[in-house]
Amino acid sequence: MTAQSTVIKAPGEKAGEPAGGAGRPGKREGRRSEGMALNVFSHGFLVVWAIMIVLPLLWLALGAFKTDAQIGGSALSWPSNWHFDAFGRAWTKGIGGYFANTLIVLVFSVPLTMLFGSMAAYVLARYPFTGNRLIYYFFVSGAMFPVFLALVPLFFMVKRFDMLNTYQGLILVYVAYSMPFTVFFMHSFFRTLPTAIHEAAVIDGASDTRIFFQVMLPMAKPGLISVGIFNILGQWNQYILPAVLMQPQTSADPERYMLTQGLIQLQYQMGYETDLPVLFAGATIAMVPMLVVYLSFQRQIQSGLTSATLK
Amino acid sequence: MSQVAQRKGRAGFITGFLFAPLALYLTFVIWPYVQTFGYSFTNWSGQSPTFDFVGMDNYATLLSDEVFRGALWHNLLLLVFVPLVTILLALFFAFMVNAGGRGGAGGVQGVGGSRFYKVVYFFPQVLSLAILSVLFGAIYRSDEGGLLNGFLTKIGVIDAAHPVEWLNEPNLVLWCLLLVVVWHGVGFYLVLFSAAMQSVPKDIYEAALLDGAGRAQTFFKVTLPLLWDSVQTSAVYLGIAAMDMFVLVSTMTSGQFGGGPDHHSEVMSTVLMRNFLYFGKSGYACAMGVVMLALTMILSVITLRATRRERIEF
Repeated sequence: MTAQSTVIKAPGEKAGEPAGGAGRPGKREGRRSEGMALNVFSHGFLVVWAIMIVLPLLWLALGAFKTDAQIGGSALSWPSNWHFDAFGRAWTKGIGGYFANTLIVLVFSVPLTMLFGSMAAYVLARYPFTGNRLIYYFFVSGAMFPVFLALVPLFFMVKRFDMLNTYQGLILVYVAYSMPFTVFFMHSFFRTLPTAIHEAAVIDGASDTRIFFQVMLPMAKPGLISVGIFNILGQWNQYILPAVLMQPQTSADPERYMLTQGLIQLQYQMGYETDLPVLFAGATIAMVPMLVVYLSFQRQIQSGLTSATLK
Repeated sequence: MSQVAQRKGRAGFITGFLFAPLALYLTFVIWPYVQTFGYSFTNWSGQSPTFDFVGMDNYATLLSDEVFRGALWHNLLLLVFVPLVTILLALFFAFMVNAGGRGGAGGVQGVGGSRFYKVVYFFPQVLSLAILSVLFGAIYRSDEGGLLNGFLTKIGVIDAAHPVEWLNEPNLVLWCLLLVVVWHGVGFYLVLFSAAMQSVPKDIYEAALLDGAGRAQTFFKVTLPLLWDSVQTSAVYLGIAAMDMFVLVSTMTSGQFGGGPDHHSEVMSTVLMRNFLYFGKSGYACAMGVVMLALTMILSVITLRATRRERIEF
């Protein structure tokens, strides 16, 4: 990451060196001082917004170390202790279970999304047949519709399959709702792969299925990583689908809340029990994995986003 | 590819690969979408297996439903302001990041540390709305414990004895929610616009600078027209997000599925969910879903039309 960013910055820094501008006519000098003023001005605004992003998040995490009275008393108070017991309490109050539920669902839903999405996108991108465009638009158009349009019938559909409040029900629904973006993204990726390699594999006697799994899929790895991260983020952060589909149906039914749902649950609960440090600790626990995923893959996320939306 | 694709046995492979994805997608996405239209003409409660066809009754009721009309109005307000504020801020920051640097010999360049800004700004985008709800719930607390009240008290803008009840103030609540959406979205669109700006060839900027264009002129006459496609797309995305708003409103404001105080923050999605899960009016809720779809479609078309310009190739 560091090596890359130096490469990016290098031409800019060179251009800013005094040596480059020194020999130039006076007009350049004027422009440079204007540039200087603007540089300070830009940094000013940019820093303010950066603070507006980082500060609230740090403040939230700090809240986990405060007492309830401290949180209610003054926003700007400093935590009185640095014990992690609020994190422990949050974990046992349910965050641990919600965390596990989300992991269980994602371990199946993300690979399935990737597999099914790639399969459909591959066939649609590289095999001309009647109805190809129709099916492609069918898949892609799903991204345009508000999920609320489907919500009521979806609930009863899942109920009819007897899959309300089950992991497998949510997994299938997540996979289905991730199709539009995954197919769209992988479709454009598979189109760019060279035909020559495909033909060589055919001449070598490989079957279509084999070509897909052993030649095309490995070649599409960069695209798979980008779209995989988007699916992880999207499914991890999903709220509306689990809120409707993952409610215990009888009192005997176990709670299988997802992390987002559980966090909101905790918010209600802690409002009554007045144990806000637990809520802040819970939110921090929910935030950290995403922060880690984001910081490790931010390059893929930003480039993936760029190629997906600017096409 | 074509001669490869024309081989025999292709049909079986194509069908095999499309079957499972298509079956799932049709069952859980397309079919429910289609069913909604049908149910919207019935008085189905959701619980009973039987229901009657009531024609346009649900839609007629919607027209006279005060709560829904209020919600519709709020969605329209958000629909104007969410894209407007987010796009303006994102464009401003994107221009700062990409062209706000010291103008040396080479002309336009980004500020130092532009990569750092992009990483930080994008961060809210990876947080779930549930986390945003907890975070901003705490920021907007109605006592001095809220970050906003605490800060404003500290600098003496508001009286410590009378902190502002941000989310309980009828005239403030919607704008407080708007701020959350903007805070969440700016980074994403900054990255998007940055990418678009970087794909503009450098010599176009250099030519403009040589012709004596200032930075403001460069922005309005060169950058903005070249970015227009991305701005348009962003407006549509943000419009779709402004039609939703369910998570934030239902978790941050008072009332069953949010909408409080006294329906002042009500949006269509919260009214829909309340009617579906709380009042047991599934048919009626479906009609709301159809209205939401129709509005999304209409507004996307309007946005694309109203912002249509000659496309500039480069």
